[in-house]
Amino acid sequence: MKSFLKDKILQLIPTLVGISLFSFFIIRLVPGDPVMLMLGERGADPKIYQEMTQSLGLDKPVLEQYAIYMKNAVQGDFGKSIVSKRSVTSEFFARFPATLELGVCAMIFAILLGIPAGVYAAVHRNSLPDYLLMGSSLVGYSMPIFWWGLILIIIFSVTLGVTPVSGRLSVMFDVPSMTGFMLIDSLSPEVISEEGFAPFISAVRHLILPTIAMGTIPLAVVARMTRSSVLEVLSAPYVQTAKAKGQSFNKVVWRHAFRNALIPIVTVIGLLFGSIITGAILTETIFSWPGIGKWLVASIHARDYPVIQGGILFIATMVIAINFLVDIIYTYVNPKIR
Amino acid sequence: MQVEEVGFKHSVREFWDHFSDNKGAVFGLFLVLSFIVLAILAPVISPYGSSEIFPGQLRLPPFWSEGGSFQFILGTDDLGRDVLSRLIWGAQISLFVGVSIVFLSTIIGTTLGLMAGYFGGKTDIVIMRFIDILMAYPSILLAIIVVSVIGPGVTNAIIAVAIVSIPSFTRLVRANVLEIKERQFVMAAKTFGAGPWRIMFKEILPNCMATLIVQTTLGLSEGILSTAALGFLGLGVQAPTPEWGIMLSDARPYIESSPWLVTLPGLCILAVVLGLNLFGDGLRDALDPKLKR
Repeated sequence: MKSFLKDKILQLIPTLVGISLFSFFIIRLVPGDPVMLMLGERGADPKIYQEMTQSLGLDKPVLEQYAIYMKNAVQGDFGKSIVSKRSVTSEFFARFPATLELGVCAMIFAILLGIPAGVYAAVHRNSLPDYLLMGSSLVGYSMPIFWWGLILIIIFSVTLGVTPVSGRLSVMFDVPSMTGFMLIDSLSPEVISEEGFAPFISAVRHLILPTIAMGTIPLAVVARMTRSSVLEVLSAPYVQTAKAKGQSFNKVVWRHAFRNALIPIVTVIGLLFGSIITGAILTETIFSWPGIGKWLVASIHARDYPVIQGGILFIATMVIAINFLVDIIYTYVNPKIR
Repeated sequence: MQVEEVGFKHSVREFWDHFSDNKGAVFGLFLVLSFIVLAILAPVISPYGSSEIFPGQLRLPPFWSEGGSFQFILGTDDLGRDVLSRLIWGAQISLFVGVSIVFLSTIIGTTLGLMAGYFGGKTDIVIMRFIDILMAYPSILLAIIVVSVIGPGVTNAIIAVAIVSIPSFTRLVRANVLEIKERQFVMAAKTFGAGPWRIMFKEILPNCMATLIVQTTLGLSEGILSTAALGFLGLGVQAPTPEWGIMLSDARPYIESSPWLVTLPGLCILAVVLGLNLFGDGLRDALDPKLKR
């Protein structure tokens, strides 16, 4: 296990260096003058142009620029946003809780519905419910979520009028940000003593549609994975033995089959984290959710390169760290693949 | 020669027997074929041009709703263009973009996979770390980063999504090569003095074809989906091209008054992607000898 860990960590280093190089050079790959591009019409003033070039360090040799960039990055300094003039790091962490809250809700939605659906389909293999469940999960898997979000709005907000269309909270309420997670902040003693549970209910209602939109593809993946994983385990000899011993069917399924089927399911859930970011970019754009997905798209439209650079470095590092953890946990639970 | 032909016919027959058992896969094939036919026949069957504007005929509903007519079967958009015609021309754009993406990513991804698997050692390490880096970026994010560097537009969208699709091909082919290169016919070719490139492309590659065909189908569905997402974000194909993703985002302001403008392009994307996924799943089951009953 130790040498396995060492190998894995050693493999991680070139990837991390590669990511930092990629994020660093992206700004320099832009055809033409990046400073002019960023300033747009504002760039006409040579003094502003000069300041910008210096503040981005673009007047130094490229290797020195990279060294400075990495030195600052290690200390958590990713430069300043051109649009807001605030530091990229604080901008990122101001928005990250919103994305995390939505992502966690979407994953809970996917797991709570996907695992029972998958187990049910596996146990009732080749029955009508199995076909219906697997058919709809393939539809869910193929879903263009930017369209699905709009359809949900048409059904639930426009036609039925039961859910809000955008944002995290009704404008009627003012919830001071403590943790950044609206579901937690809206339950703080001060908020409850002032406005009761209304802000919390508003936050929940705002979460419903984005959660469904973002959770649909993970739901489909979890359901399909659970079904095939449980099917595989159900035909294993020890399950047959348990059946032969006369144990009740439910006990066989949940005690023996499901527990062993969990390993690949958990792995898939871990690996879905990367797709959460993809989902966030589209879902947040549709529902005006103030998270990092919407922030990055806006920065790309505004050519705010320090933000793009910092944002993608954060996200890529996070994805790698999570895949690494999933890898380690997977090997730990399943020593066969070591 | 004749024996070979009979053998080929037999295996096609056997493949079709397995494939047609799977009703979903046949339905998928039907969806994919109708999409291709629509795309090819667009100039013939589309009632109007894709950018033909009918002044004063703005946002007319489809024929089945009140106020709709058979002149514009699926209604008109906010500029007075026929929705049905734009959807049909959109099929052509999606097919063209999707096939270009798969073409590029298959060639690059497969070559990298062959090299990594066959040469091993340092080549393998360098290629696979490069793939790891690409995979650290969530797919849509990587595509929008590439677009933010090279700018939006059809060609650039194709390049961006193709880059995103490379890793899945490389990893698949590499895994296949690792297994195949130890087989006897590869050893035999080596003994006869075949060079590495000949062995890779003439001996090993044909044996990866089954899995590669499946991956191509699934890659096509992902490519079409990502291109539509880019179009929707305003970073892909640009207006007035009748691309389904742009049609969707153009229709967003009218979501309350003219919901069909949002519904129809999305249904087209869903139908094509679902068709390709069903077809791909069916292909995998029919081609994978391990799953054969």
